Amino acid sequence: MKSLPEILKEIRPEFDFTASSDFLADGMLDSFDMMTLVAALDKTYGISIQGTDIVPENFKNVQTIEMLLRKSGAGL
Amino acid sequence: MRFTFRGKRISGNLVVVPENERSFVDEMKNFNFPEARSLKLKEVMGYDKRRIVKSGVCVSDLAVFGLRHLFEAGLIRPDEVDALLLVTQTPDHFMPATSSIIQGRLGLKQDMLCLDINQACAGYVIGLMQAFMLLEQESVRKVVLINADVLSRKASARDRNIYPLIGDAAAIAIVERDVEDSIIHASLKADGSRAQALTIPAGGLRLPSTPETAVLEDVGDNNLRAKDHLFMDGSTIFNFVQTEVPQLIEGLLAWAEISIGTVNYFLCHQPNRFMVQKLADKMKIPYAKMPSNVVEHFGNNGSATIPTVMAFNLRERLLHERLLVCLSGYGGGLVWAAMLLKLGKLSFNNIIEYK
Repeated sequence: MKSLPEILKEIRPEFDFTASSDFLADGMLDSFDMMTLVAALDKTYGISIQGTDIVPENFKNVQTIEMLLRKSGAGL
Repeated sequence: MRFTFRGKRISGNLVVVPENERSFVDEMKNFNFPEARSLKLKEVMGYDKRRIVKSGVCVSDLAVFGLRHLFEAGLIRPDEVDALLLVTQTPDHFMPATSSIIQGRLGLKQDMLCLDINQACAGYVIGLMQAFMLLEQESVRKVVLINADVLSRKASARDRNIYPLIGDAAAIAIVERDVEDSIIHASLKADGSRAQALTIPAGGLRLPSTPETAVLEDVGDNNLRAKDHLFMDGSTIFNFVQTEVPQLIEGLLAWAEISIGTVNYFLCHQPNRFMVQKLADKMKIPYAKMPSNVVEHFGNNGSATIPTVMAFNLRERLLHERLLVCLSGYGGGLVWAAMLLKLGKLSFNNIIEYK
């Protein structure tokens, strides 16, 4: 199974996601990237992240995304 | 707000789409994005083919073309049209009403009602509600409901948030009384405090179009858009739909004492595939019962996406069977609406091309 940093790197290969604590403020993810990321996470972890959870604060950094994955039932 | 209607039905459905088909892959070069990112987006959102009008084509052109087709095919006579309701956000003019222009171009009788309704993607459900109310009058036997928009003409070709998803179409429904006295349940909500989330800022009287409002501006995320163009706050609209629509539909079903499992289809407005599938997941509705493939074939054609899926996915079934369906539209206003009704045994259910 791909790791979260690997999934992020596939979406935006030009960025180092381990070096940022706020992907959106740093311009590393936009709203469409968030949707692409959700689709990839749903597929990878066999979950469906709720639409109401697709909000910027859940996609700020690796930690917030991991919290979202746990809430959505992904076994991390 | 809840409504009930009795003994009304949709008896025919025709969707007119422009023959001009655009491909997302061909248009990717217009956007300031790496090809790989655009292709990922294509996969998630369902962007592929879409139909948009050529320069100069207006809503009345699509509507007149479709109604002439119905008259020539003998599917309705011109003198049977007692009311012509047009739901559009892209009228031919500020005035007169585009429904009056359509009436005049077709030479329809004077003893009829012509009415424009300014509604967006909830407009199919709202138009049906208006048609059902008109049919309470003895003098109204058949209502022609037209849901038509040419929003591609108001979208910036350099705005990846909007342009790849927009389609144009006119859907024509014949609405009349039903020999079956079945109950139709509908539910509607509106929140004008969020109206600016989906808007065309310039071109009305508040901000008239000028050379300045036509200037493309960098609006972030590498998109270019003018104030004359359609603007959508994508995140706000997405969260509005995911928050409000499941509650509305679940409330409607509970009120009508109908379980999700007994509904044959949920025909929801289709802004993009991702949004519709997230709605289905939230309500635990199988994707097969909530189609999401209109955008990839036709684009998001506004209030016509529901009749488009009726004709594209369910053409044969709706000609021969009556199905219990839940319709739901949501969008500009903001407005969200749902309706539970028996649909089918239509006398026609087609998609034709405007040439």
